[in-house]
Amino acid sequence: MYDKEKIIPGIIVFLVLVTFPVWYNLAFGSGNGAPEPQIVSQNEKCVESKDYMRTQHMDLLNQWRDAVVRQGYRMYRTADGALVEMSLTNTCLQCHPNKTQFCDECHNYMAVKPYCWDCHIAPMEN
Amino acid sequence: MSAISSKRNIIIVSIAAIAVILLGIFTPLLRLIFGLLIPLTAILVFIGGIIYRVVQWAKSPEPFRITTTCGQQHSLPWIKSNRLDNPHSTWAVIGRMALEVLFFRSLFRNTKAELKSGPNLVYGSTKYLWLGALAFHWCFLVIVLRHLRFFTDPTPSFVLWLESLDGFFQIGVPILYMTDIVILAALGFLLFRRLMDAKLRYISLPADYAPLLLILAIVATGVLMRYTSAKPDIVGVKELMMGMASFHPALPSGIGWMFYLHLLLVSMLIAYFPFSKLMHMAGVFLSPTRNLANTNRVIRHINPWDYPVKVHTYQEWEHEFRDKLKSSGYELDDKS
Repeated sequence: MYDKEKIIPGIIVFLVLVTFPVWYNLAFGSGNGAPEPQIVSQNEKCVESKDYMRTQHMDLLNQWRDAVVRQGYRMYRTADGALVEMSLTNTCLQCHPNKTQFCDECHNYMAVKPYCWDCHIAPMEN
Repeated sequence: MSAISSKRNIIIVSIAAIAVILLGIFTPLLRLIFGLLIPLTAILVFIGGIIYRVVQWAKSPEPFRITTTCGQQHSLPWIKSNRLDNPHSTWAVIGRMALEVLFFRSLFRNTKAELKSGPNLVYGSTKYLWLGALAFHWCFLVIVLRHLRFFTDPTPSFVLWLESLDGFFQIGVPILYMTDIVILAALGFLLFRRLMDAKLRYISLPADYAPLLLILAIVATGVLMRYTSAKPDIVGVKELMMGMASFHPALPSGIGWMFYLHLLLVSMLIAYFPFSKLMHMAGVFLSPTRNLANTNRVIRHINPWDYPVKVHTYQEWEHEFRDKLKSSGYELDDKS
């Protein structure tokens, strides 16, 4: 092999870069594992199914925001026909007042920073 | 096995794998295969293959500096030399390499020959290839770095910073990333470019279309997952990826088929990487026309692999055949 003094450091740099997640997690990882959002509500059901809420809640909240703030519609008909108020504070946070243990649990894990709290006041928690 | 039938087998296996995902058959065994075994194998092939190719390249000797020179060579102090196009020092070479790797300076010089209304062949500069390639590669880099949020916990701050910059305009929820739009446009243009020009189409091989179409499919599945209702359970996705990165494999259920399709396509791309033109990622650093200083005249370069050369001088030759040359009447240099 020619130019060993350049090829070998080059390969080492490549290896360090592609294994970034491995050594980064070993050195700086939180080691917390998967998030476990806590549900404190007695209610059996959310406004939509669990699977839908798990993946699409941001979409729903965005639609609610647009409907209330831009069109002035306040009520939302759920999949099973019930009417609920489209309100973060009066609907969502009624069942999920524990922002840190519910919202933040997954959001922090996924490094997502939703801008809900730019306008809304985060619920008081003890 | 012949090359053609092995290629056909690869295509059949790939289509079968995609079909399995599209059918949505998710037994735990298939989750293990598509979620862990295929991606891990692909990563090993990717890393091992790239090192193998680079070592193979490094085994070829580089006897002479074939630097391409696009500017005035460094010579006398009062003749201004073009340092970046015709470097003669290590730092100037680093400058030229940086311009090549980061800004694709070679593509900037791309020209196009055209017969424009008349018998004259006109060479014009075409910057579209350069612009498309630059847009594509930079977006690809940003997208790969953004994906680190699925592989690291806590996510490093440079990834968050990159994300917020990429979603600067805060359009929609989830926030639209500019790179997603630009990479689709750039890939579309690069494909369009190959298909539109008859000359280019003629020299395009399946190996030229494969990476383009594969990356286009990867971007398409990624975009569909982020912006449409085909959203996967990303917490599950991160569990799977963190499991792989920390060697504690996890197989969460209910992630969603689109994600497995995305992961399979990415696995295909990185496993295909070392055997394809995509090796230009490593090759750009080893291109002798770019990474060598033009010092052919300044420094004496000695052939590295068979020096000292065994020479047979004229004097020795004459001495060897002295009697024969003399008897044939040949005039000898050495009269003694």
